[in-house]
Amino acid sequence: MIPEGSLLAAHDLRKTYGSTPALDGASFSVHPGEVVAVMGPSGSGKSTLLHCLAGIITPDSGTITYAGRELSAMSDAERSALRRSDFGFVFQFGQLVPELTCVENVALPLRLNGVRRRAAERTALEWMERLEVDDLGTKRPGEVSGGQGQRVAVARALAGSPKVIFADEPTGALDSLNGERVMQLLTEAARSANVAVVLVTHEARVAAYSDRDVTVRDGRARDMEHAV
Amino acid sequence: MTLLEEKRPVAPPRPAALPRGAVTLRDLGLGIRFAAAGGREGWIRTLLTAVGVGLGVALLLLASSVPHLLDERNAREQARSETRISAFSDANAPKSDSSVLRINTTTEYHDRTVAGYLMRPDGSTPALPPGIDRMPAPNTMVVSPALRELLDEPGNELLRERLPYRITGTIGDAGLRSPGELLYYAGSDTLTTSNGGHRIAGYGDNRQGDPLPPLLIVLVIMVCVVLLAPVAIFIATAVRFGGDRRDRRLAALRLVGADIRSTRRIAAGEALFGALLGLLFGLAFFLVGRQFVGAVEIWDVSAFPADLAPDLRLATLIAVAVPLTAVLVTLVAMRSVVIEPLGVVRRGRERGRRLWWRLPVPLAGLAVLALWGRVEEYAPVNPFPITAGAVLVLFGLALLLPWLVEACVNRLRGGPVPWQLATRRLQLSSGAASRAVSGVTVAVAGAIALQMLFASMNADFNRMTGADPTRAQFAGYSEDVTGEAATAAIEQFRATKGVEVVIGSVAAYASKPGDYAEDEVPPTTALTVGTCETLRELARIGACEDGDTFVAHPPGDKDMTAWIDETARKGEEVEIGYGDKVMRWTLPADALTVQGRKDPMGEIHYGIMATTGAIDAGKVPGATITTQIRVDRSVPDVAEHLRNTAARIDPGMRFVTIESVERNRQYASIQTGLQVGASAVLLLIALSMLVAQLEQLRERKRLLSVLVAFGTRRSTLGWSVLWQTAVPVVLGLVVAVAGGLGLGATLVHLIEKEVSDWWLFWPMAGVGGALILLVTLLSLPPLWRMMRPDGLRTE
Amino acid sequence: MSIGHTLLGLLESGPRHGYDLKRTFDEKFGQDRPLHYGQVYSTMSRLLKNGLVEVDGVESEGGPERKRYAITDAGITDVSHWLAQPEKPEPYLQSTLYTKVVLALLTGRSAADLLDTQRSAHLRMMRVLTDRKRQGDLADQLICDHALFHLEADLRWLELTSARLDQLAKVVAP
Repeated sequence: MIPEGSLLAAHDLRKTYGSTPALDGASFSVHPGEVVAVMGPSGSGKSTLLHCLAGIITPDSGTITYAGRELSAMSDAERSALRRSDFGFVFQFGQLVPELTCVENVALPLRLNGVRRRAAERTALEWMERLEVDDLGTKRPGEVSGGQGQRVAVARALAGSPKVIFADEPTGALDSLNGERVMQLLTEAARSANVAVVLVTHEARVAAYSDRDVTVRDGRARDMEHAV
Repeated sequence: MTLLEEKRPVAPPRPAALPRGAVTLRDLGLGIRFAAAGGREGWIRTLLTAVGVGLGVALLLLASSVPHLLDERNAREQARSETRISAFSDANAPKSDSSVLRINTTTEYHDRTVAGYLMRPDGSTPALPPGIDRMPAPNTMVVSPALRELLDEPGNELLRERLPYRITGTIGDAGLRSPGELLYYAGSDTLTTSNGGHRIAGYGDNRQGDPLPPLLIVLVIMVCVVLLAPVAIFIATAVRFGGDRRDRRLAALRLVGADIRSTRRIAAGEALFGALLGLLFGLAFFLVGRQFVGAVEIWDVSAFPADLAPDLRLATLIAVAVPLTAVLVTLVAMRSVVIEPLGVVRRGRERGRRLWWRLPVPLAGLAVLALWGRVEEYAPVNPFPITAGAVLVLFGLALLLPWLVEACVNRLRGGPVPWQLATRRLQLSSGAASRAVSGVTVAVAGAIALQMLFASMNADFNRMTGADPTRAQFAGYSEDVTGEAATAAIEQFRATKGVEVVIGSVAAYASKPGDYAEDEVPPTTALTVGTCETLRELARIGACEDGDTFVAHPPGDKDMTAWIDETARKGEEVEIGYGDKVMRWTLPADALTVQGRKDPMGEIHYGIMATTGAIDAGKVPGATITTQIRVDRSVPDVAEHLRNTAARIDPGMRFVTIESVERNRQYASIQTGLQVGASAVLLLIALSMLVAQLEQLRERKRLLSVLVAFGTRRSTLGWSVLWQTAVPVVLGLVVAVAGGLGLGATLVHLIEKEVSDWWLFWPMAGVGGALILLVTLLSLPPLWRMMRPDGLRTE
Repeated sequence: MSIGHTLLGLLESGPRHGYDLKRTFDEKFGQDRPLHYGQVYSTMSRLLKNGLVEVDGVESEGGPERKRYAITDAGITDVSHWLAQPEKPEPYLQSTLYTKVVLALLTGRSAADLLDTQRSAHLRMMRVLTDRKRQGDLADQLICDHALFHLEADLRWLELTSARLDQLAKVVAP
């Protein structure tokens, strides 16, 4: 049921919004340090799968196991704590807090985890350097370009030293050059830090940065490597 | 190809360029259309504005009907007062077929006044007060609807016992000051002039009422300014509800070719529509609300719906000023944003807000007050400098606030995450926060100034009675003195539940007999008859036996002592009473001279003090019974039991509660008005802050979802909402306290009084603090609701 | 790709031996498919015959005879013409994949599986190319991107076809 050595695994997830099923028996697993692309047409349930895996929403049925712990058995507060400590997130847009400076945005997950401000911002700046946006430190998100903002978001996802990064269409709002650069920086940083990445995208070129891809169709996930 | 070309629709001919006026009208109309038919979002925005403006307008209409309300109340009050026949209020009218003997039997019941009269017609066609159509027969009464209701309620047996008359009718509205008034007219067949009855010829007091004293006029002006200024600010804020979304809509219009001027006019049109709708809402709120004003009685204030008729001139002013304000506020607000086809650019405030033009406004207000606002105690007051000065000071404070908030917030750094989120948010746009808070500032500053004014006028309106409520808490005065009345009264009071001590005495006057010229005053002093126990409460008497007589000197008053000794010569006769009923009595030669002392009412007693064995109290002419009673406060309803006893002994007995402070009733009603108004205004402000807060949260729905995805705790965001409200409100309160103290001190100085208490602002500051909590608490449930992952789903 | 024109273009910077030409070609354009010597010499002999190149000299020290080629004026003109002429956009109207899909539908086999398998193969290739792009220089990146974009186009077609399989089934096998 749970593939050997997987860090995060889901089995037979079902989730219905109203009367429309978003997930209909989806299964999924990711190993430490692995980059897995979740593909599929719009409305296929990709984002719902990602939200379930990250413990943002709870599936109607099915199991999600993270590092040996059952996610659906946790309380909301426990799942929130898990997200703070072990997960990182990159979304398509609108994810940076507009009133905070870029470095404060990157430091936010650390600070939510209780790291003191100076230490958090020092770490944040290191990650921003890694993603080549360390010169944006004191700027606000409204003052930087889309590609820069997305790199700041990637730096933020990485700054909390997570075990898994969930990226939902991280390049969706970017042109291909910026998109590729963001993907390259994200996957490189994730691989070197042994962070697993669950990457939801509908773009094949973005998915090509993954080690493996999974297609969601009609609420069911198919692991393409094992299907062939 | 040709086929395609033929199918191409023919472009309509370009319309000729419209003249400027027509363009303006077209754009305004377009704005109105957007507001009226802008889909769900447009409606919500228009509705918010309309409700906000409507609430403000309703308050303004209420305020504008106050003159009419007062006129009507006053008119009814005068119509039911007796027709004065001479300058002396106690002069009896001549007996006639229509004259009526009556006595005021007003009593208090559980802190409410129950007004009443016992009436006895002299003839067959007695004059009737307004609101009743026939004289109540003996031992029956007609009551006001509110009193009837009160009597019917269970638990008011004590009141029914006190008014042991059968109810035979209801007093009509014409005879009532307000719908909540408790009033009765009872019939009597035993009332005479000798037991307190007063003969009147008819009703309708057509003399001018006393003009308000100048100090009260200052107070009334300040109350109006203080209550209406925040309402104006609230209306200005309400017009800006939903402004951000409107700006985005206008940006879409720019994309299809509208120029910047057009967008401004369209926005003005939208605001105009909202304001006009608000006027209608306001009228509706007012009309509906006033139906309930009669039913709801707040702090003893109620009014007939018909009394609440707005003054026509004021109503017209409101109808013109509100839409105009709406348009102006919108245009001013639009100056700080540039609406581009691809979005809204907020004009950067790199230079920040400037102090130099803001500070002079409140200072100018203080200067106006200082130069032209002096109030003479007995000269007519010129209301304009005071109004102008106060308005300048209060609006000046509202102007200072945005600068202060910006200046302070920009210096804030670091701190825990919620604090950081809140301060950074405020740094990015403190304008909206300041706007909402400026209403609080003006209201609180005004209220503080008013309270200082009140407090300093305490000496005038709150007379320290000098009474000592620890020795006695109640006192009764009755003119119905018959033979055993005094003793009987004392005995009955003693028998009442909860009574500890009764000091009952019979008081009359004694003078030196002789023939006096017209302008000569006979030496006169007081004669008090009571038991030894009673007399000990009135003078420092040691040994005392029944039959003893004393002469009491006021301590430290030589003149009076000499005057007393001239009247009360031991072994000689004195004349007791005045007029025709006079009795001669010899002051015993063995009477002791003692020192008088203050009685529980705070009065120093002196003169002849005789025990009941020395003189027959029942025979003393022109005497009154004075009863001072000490009770055990822990006995429930002890006051009501006592009042019942008093009513049983003599319904006309004046029965009062002894308190150390006695309050002027006019003053009390103004303070009541302020309380009612300030509560309404602060609630309005809380509402506008809440709307702004929710609007902001709604715009940040996606961001909130992202933060939830991160695992942000609810408490973190809750605290950040709290700080975001608290920081500007606290700054606003600081400004309000400083400004209010300044304005208050100036006003107090103007009426030539001293500031009596600098710490009066605490309650108002507390109310401001409660406001923070209220707004935060009310915005938490929507915040929790918005902290759901739904917002993450890609649009 | 016209190997003749490419080799001519390489000669424009100066005369070269046949071996040199092959090495430069491989380095710049032929990572996927290196040239054979035979290809080089047969191409050069055709160019010689057409007068677009000439033999600049022959060397034979310690090995086989090596000719040095130089471009002629006619050759330069020819290269200019070639570069100036736009490539004809490939219409790709005959596609094996399309044939396979239709056949699957006609024979009642699962066209969706076929498409998924193809998608998977495409993605695998894209992943390889992306990997190479990540490690390569700018030239690598540009070449890989070219291929990636084509593959992506194929993938989009696959996705679109998957979504329209029901419609297609009605048309081809009513």
